[in-house]
Amino acid sequence: MKTLIFKTASTYLLPLLVLFSVFILLRGHYLPGGGFVGGLIASIAFVIHSFANGLEQTKNLIKFHPGFLMPVGLCIALISGAAPLFIEQSFMTGLWFENPIPVIGMVGSALFFDAGVYLVVIGVTLTIIFTISETL
Amino acid sequence: MILAILSGFVLAGCTPFISKFIKGKGSLLLPILPFGLFVYFFSFLKEIGEGQTFRFNYDWVPSYGINFGFHLDGLAILFALLITGVGTLVFTYTTSYLKGHHYLDRFYGYLSMFMASMLGLVLSDNIITLFIFWELTSISSFFLIGFNNDDPKSRKSALLALSITGLGGLFLLAGMVLLGYIGGSYQFQELLSQSTFIKEHTSYGWIVGLIFIGAFTKSAQFPFHFWLPGAMKAPTPVSTYLHSATMVKAGIYLLARFTPLLGGSAEWNTTLILVGSITMVYAAIHSVLRIDMKGILAYSTISALGILVFLIGLGTEASLLAAGVFILVHALYKATLFLITGIVDHETGTRDVTVLSGLSKVLMPVAIAAGLAALSNAGAPPFFGFIGKDLIYEATLAYGDWAMVLTIAAVVTNVCLLFAGLLAGVKPFVGSLPSNFTSLHLPHPTMWIPPLILAGLGLVFGLFPSLVEGLIVQPVFSSMVIDGAPVHIKLWHGFNLVLGLSLLTLTLGVILYMIVKPSSSLFSKTLKFEMIAPQTLFEIFGKFFNAFARFWTGLFQNGYLRNYVITILGFLTILLAYRLYQGVNLYIDTKQLTALTIYEVIVALMMIVAIVFTVFSRSRLVAVASLGVMGYTICLIFLFYSAPDLAMTQFSIDTLTVILFVLVIYNLPKYKNFSSKAVRIRDGILSVFFGSLIAILTLEVLSEPLNRETSIFYAESAYLLAKGKNVVNVILVDFRGFDTMVEITVLVIAAIGVFSLLKLRLKSIEKE
Amino acid sequence: MELILVVIIGLLYASGIYMMLRRSMVKLIIGLILLGNGANMLIFLLGRIVKGKPPIIDSTAKMLTEIYADPVPQALILTAIVISFGLQSFAIILVKRAYKITQTDDLDELNTTDEIYE
Repeated sequence: MKTLIFKTASTYLLPLLVLFSVFILLRGHYLPGGGFVGGLIASIAFVIHSFANGLEQTKNLIKFHPGFLMPVGLCIALISGAAPLFIEQSFMTGLWFENPIPVIGMVGSALFFDAGVYLVVIGVTLTIIFTISETL
Repeated sequence: MILAILSGFVLAGCTPFISKFIKGKGSLLLPILPFGLFVYFFSFLKEIGEGQTFRFNYDWVPSYGINFGFHLDGLAILFALLITGVGTLVFTYTTSYLKGHHYLDRFYGYLSMFMASMLGLVLSDNIITLFIFWELTSISSFFLIGFNNDDPKSRKSALLALSITGLGGLFLLAGMVLLGYIGGSYQFQELLSQSTFIKEHTSYGWIVGLIFIGAFTKSAQFPFHFWLPGAMKAPTPVSTYLHSATMVKAGIYLLARFTPLLGGSAEWNTTLILVGSITMVYAAIHSVLRIDMKGILAYSTISALGILVFLIGLGTEASLLAAGVFILVHALYKATLFLITGIVDHETGTRDVTVLSGLSKVLMPVAIAAGLAALSNAGAPPFFGFIGKDLIYEATLAYGDWAMVLTIAAVVTNVCLLFAGLLAGVKPFVGSLPSNFTSLHLPHPTMWIPPLILAGLGLVFGLFPSLVEGLIVQPVFSSMVIDGAPVHIKLWHGFNLVLGLSLLTLTLGVILYMIVKPSSSLFSKTLKFEMIAPQTLFEIFGKFFNAFARFWTGLFQNGYLRNYVITILGFLTILLAYRLYQGVNLYIDTKQLTALTIYEVIVALMMIVAIVFTVFSRSRLVAVASLGVMGYTICLIFLFYSAPDLAMTQFSIDTLTVILFVLVIYNLPKYKNFSSKAVRIRDGILSVFFGSLIAILTLEVLSEPLNRETSIFYAESAYLLAKGKNVVNVILVDFRGFDTMVEITVLVIAAIGVFSLLKLRLKSIEKE
Repeated sequence: MELILVVIIGLLYASGIYMMLRRSMVKLIIGLILLGNGANMLIFLLGRIVKGKPPIIDSTAKMLTEIYADPVPQALILTAIVISFGLQSFAIILVKRAYKITQTDDLDELNTTDEIYE
């Protein structure tokens, strides 16, 4: 599948799709989207890139093993869930900053939680797909 | 009180950690625990003798009416003193008997566990707690019988004992629960006030029957007696402690304890008299024919237990008094004889009475103890056994029309028991000493002092019955007989029929001893009847049970996935179909259905085609492609019906799934048809049935009104509480955030699973 | 449309079960996927289907007031979809692995672990 067109297209598609996935993640609280979908779209972007340029290229691009995203994402989700405990509120209570941040909008613990989900989903999907392509 | 009972368990729990200490000199310190408990219970004796009782209550499972209620009365204190007293002696005895044994720590652990459970059993006021301790004694007995775990016979005996007593325990539990249910309480003392109500209840027969089976299995009554001789595979201290003095008397205790509550009816008395007398005569005759000292003692123990059941069955004041006294008498002499057997075995290496003789020349103090015990067993005056025997005869003689038969049965039993006692207690010590035994020497005092103490007590209590009369016999009697007359026991009753019977028993026994010489040929003759013995029948039953279990497991756990699926679904289909057959309310309001547009029809048709292709295609690639198409059509349906989040997710996942399949498809096995056409048709029919049932079920649910309470809550509070406007997302990351948290953890686990399955090469397996 | 969906659900269940009953391991996985989709559709339909009213609060409003699609089944299905991806990939790899070691695709030849040993 390493045709020139596909290869060239994927080089531009990757940053676009990743950006799009972040956009989907951020708007998830207000419009369709969220961590799950965002994560899946991002992983599809990387998978397409790996199809076009070979797995090694993609791996070099990411620089680290996608599996590392799983514990990182889990920790972010856990911390955002546990954060209310520090101000003596129960686990998973939503916390929000007072004022909206430009571009992103309202920022709260739920967003961080969703970001954790996003990272875990990317980690899981890429680990599975990369592992499988490597061992074939 | 609770500390006193649990201390044994605590010690048992500690033994693994102090095993070095126990195996060294430390074992001499262990008897302190039972002795301390003995002193503790002894301190209650005076008040109990004055007619007081003590109650202790600790909550355990209050919602079910189960608590640690302990009740200390005459019967309980008799057993508690026996358990701790004999316990002290046995603990002491073991220090020498098993000196340097590899598993000595384990042994003490089991022994103290047993002691604690037995104490709990006799002191419990709550009948459920009583049952729990009852089972604990069975379990510790199992470990102690199988103590020599490298001997297959020992293991087999342990298993047999556990299965019989465990089986009885189940019946007992059923009886207890039924009793508690009818009586409205699990407290024995509260049940006691309901006595007449329970006795008139229709389930009375069931309760009595179930409790009887429990008691009979534990106390080795015919036809459940056979586990006890096998249990003699245990080290001798165990035989002494569990299988003669205490545990086997748990059944007796139970019957005695329940006499005021359930006793007095025809069912109660007749059954007990019948079972007790069969056991006592049957086992007494058996004991005469044995040549192994332990075998003799085992059967004489069964016989003695039979006597006790029989006495409780008679149910008269005289007989219950006799039972109370006989418990003590029997414990004293039988424990002595067992301990002596242990010494003889330990020193000479054999228990065969045909070989042993003249040992008094080398083991004098042991011989004295043995002689005293044998005489007490024989019921010779002035021993305590004489009093016991007198009371038995008094009880049988006074029992109305059947007095004659019962007395004869009692006499026959006692003659045989006397013979057995002489065989085990006197025969090995008199006569000429064989040359190979001349070099024997007396064992450590910790071994021969305990039997001497026990045997000595048998004489002392006989000479001065007033020692036990007020303190023990009277309270025991009054806990079995409510409002009974004060009892009085004495050695000398004057010349009367009872004395005559006693003398007759003695004479007959001695004559029998003179005539019959134990020999292995006589013993081997009895083996011919093994064929119809209850033990053989039980073993056949066990084998059948095992074979059936194997067959049943093989039938259902056959390892074929489709058989499991067919069984489960077939059952479910039949169940659902039956329910639908009974009547189904299928009303579809066509007005409420969403309108149909051409796009949806096309999508639905695409989907159906995709499904058909997935199922019937002969090529893997086509199947996977159709699966992908099906996924995208589902995605469209989500999109049509207001679920954009779902549509996006389904789209991405579907893409990834297809990619996944494409990646591995050429490494996956080729598509093959393994099943025959008939099997395929059968599966097809089942699937179609199941599918249609699901469809009908869906329709039926659709016609029911929907409860939207949860959705409304989420819809209303999504923004107000969680500041989110996409309600689905808010549910996922906020309201049910914890679930999502766990879900992503599951995903991580799946990824790690895939990673390790592929990356960690299963080298050893692949090499094969 | 509900009626058509009901038929499709029945079809998904029937085909899923049929594929699970086959002896080929690959068909087993396809059966699992079909069954999973059937369950998703079932949940979706039982929450009632509504056209063009996603459970998203209008930018001016503070809560959903008019008729809207039920968000609870949607949240359930969303997680189910993602989880089933994990399950599928694991199952596929398991089958691949088992095939490599046993060199057979026939489920009936994999049942020795369940046999009772003497």
